[in-house]
Amino acid sequence: MAELVIETKDLTKRYGDLTAVDNLNLKVYEGEVFGLLGPNGSGKTTTILMLLGLTEPTSGSVRVLGFDPARQPLSVKSRVGYLPELVGFYDDLTARENMIYIAKLNGLPRREAYQRIEQALEQVGLEEVADKPVATFSRGMRQRLGLAEILIKEPKLIILDEPTQGLDPEGAREFLELIRKLKGQGITILLSSHILSQVQRICDRVGLFYRGKKVLEGSVSELAREVLGSAYRIRLEVQGVPEALIKALKGIPGVQDVTQQAPDIYEVQAKEDLRAEAVRAVVEAGGKLKGIMVEEPSLDEIYARYFEKGGMVK
Amino acid sequence: MRPSREGSPWTGLWAVVTKEMADHLTSARMQILEVLIALTALGTVYAAVQEIRAVIGHDPFLFLKLFTVNKDPLPAFVGLMGFLVPLVAIALAFDAVNGEFNRRTISRVLAQPIYRDALLFGKFLAGFFTLAIVLVTIWLLVMGLGLIFLGVPPRGEEVLRGLIYLGACLFYGGIWLALALLFSVVFRQPATAALASMAVWLFFTAFWGMIADVLAPVLRPVRFGLPEEFLAQIQAALALSRFSPNILYGEITLALLRPEVRALGPLLTFQLQGAILGSPLPLSQSLLLIWPHLTGLVASTILLFALSYILFQRQEIRT
Ligand SMILES: Nc1ncnc2c1ncn2[C@@H]1O[C@H](COP(=O)(O)OP(=O)(O)OP(=O)(O)O)[C@@H](O)[C@H]1O
Ligand SMILES: [Mg+2]
Repeated sequence: MAELVIETKDLTKRYGDLTAVDNLNLKVYEGEVFGLLGPNGSGKTTTILMLLGLTEPTSGSVRVLGFDPARQPLSVKSRVGYLPELVGFYDDLTARENMIYIAKLNGLPRREAYQRIEQALEQVGLEEVADKPVATFSRGMRQRLGLAEILIKEPKLIILDEPTQGLDPEGAREFLELIRKLKGQGITILLSSHILSQVQRICDRVGLFYRGKKVLEGSVSELAREVLGSAYRIRLEVQGVPEALIKALKGIPGVQDVTQQAPDIYEVQAKEDLRAEAVRAVVEAGGKLKGIMVEEPSLDEIYARYFEKGGMVK
Repeated sequence: MRPSREGSPWTGLWAVVTKEMADHLTSARMQILEVLIALTALGTVYAAVQEIRAVIGHDPFLFLKLFTVNKDPLPAFVGLMGFLVPLVAIALAFDAVNGEFNRRTISRVLAQPIYRDALLFGKFLAGFFTLAIVLVTIWLLVMGLGLIFLGVPPRGEEVLRGLIYLGACLFYGGIWLALALLFSVVFRQPATAALASMAVWLFFTAFWGMIADVLAPVLRPVRFGLPEEFLAQIQAALALSRFSPNILYGEITLALLRPEVRALGPLLTFQLQGAILGSPLPLSQSLLLIWPHLTGLVASTILLFALSYILFQRQEIRT
């Protein structure tokens, strides 16, 4: 297994009677994109603050890149980039000036800092507006500036709290694309979100939170298998006799359910990717195949179904 | 406080100081105040020169008179400074910490490898240095105007006394800076912090003297009409009044800029022994008079800062 980047043991944070984070055991490995998912108030931000040493845990332990954030905050913070929820900037300073301040706080030598700032601005596509005051920036630009600012540290781990909040779907998609590129550079990424479907594409693994507890963890298809009982949904557009087609599809080993959703549209639920088998079955049953696609299960569905079942705790 | 913390608490201090100072010096708020102070200096010094020419004529401490002489209806330069220095100091700090929260920049800054100590102390130092720059400028302006209008250069002792007065002004400002910083930690709204600071200032300017006068007879009542009793009461009133930074500033100013002042408070016979009435006190003696005042100013500044430090350490950074 790759190296551990984040490890928490029985991490707990209480605010009076309220347990914001409840005995959290989390492991994130090098090079992973891990999604911290859950509804509002489920303890995502609190977890992140404890990882950075910005809040002290009530009990339990945290290791980030091998350091204890409560005792070695400087070591942690110089290696970890953090983009807070709805990040703010000094509005009357330019993008570059904002970044210079952060570079100075990181103790970067001037020339090195200027170089890295240039690179980072280019990477997020803000080089043209680098000398405009941040007051004129849109929400999406601010978010990208926040990311650029993190990059000048050359971090090993990036923590993003609700990175797509306040972005339109296109902006969110672009931003997540940027994050995916960072993963390509070998940076470990931890991100939180309450919009499950938005981030599921880029997460290698996710942890679903509910009221401070991590209730589910794994890759999206693992979770789907666990909760929905089927991870793949194959959509077929076929012309033919419905009864014969359904019978043929149901006959494939591994298929759990087949439904007809429209006159010529059939949906096959299966544990594995059975596209090839489905095509063969349809052809053998005398159907005329017009189209086929496999649909990833959505996290929203997993989440909803999980609570429908009354939360079967593993 | 945790048993052991890695690294120095001052990592990043200078980055904070330089950024904050740049902000102060370019902000419209400070520019307005600088113009205001410059006008004050011009107005009061010009008036003082007129008065000096008309009434005083010769005096060994002519230059110091520039600071202290007034011509009705204008107050003297020192009087106006007693009012403007707190104003500038409060303006420099009332939104120091809550401003970072409101702009949502605080978590970004504290996610960098620095301690909160550096941020808070950096903000205080930046305010202090900015105040110093403003005061030095004004001081030079007054001395320059004096040279032009009076036509004689100041004597060494006058320059020295003037410089010490400048330092005292700075420490007087330090208290208000620390107070505004404290309120900027306590109150989330900068407007509330500014108002609270002004309220404290108003309290000490307008009401504390009265309160001290009311409290003194309660603490030290005159029962038998003995002179000692009266003296004790006066001294109690004086001691109480000195809780006000404004009073401290006033007394410091008096002792430094009017060398003929031999004592602060009631003058006793033994203090007059061997003294030629009206002859100026040497600088060292004047300094001795105000030494407790200066340490008082510095100590309360440190106390206020420590309090903001403790409160700031406890705040959760969630925005
Ligand atoms: N300072 C505090 N005092 C008391 N309760 C708090 C404090 N901070 C957070 N909480 C509570 O802790 C719980 C977890 O909050 P947290 O911010 O971690 O949730 P979150 O998952 O990040 O939610 P969101 O999606 O809204 O950002 C919430 O119920 C919140 O009300
Ligand atoms: Mg949150």
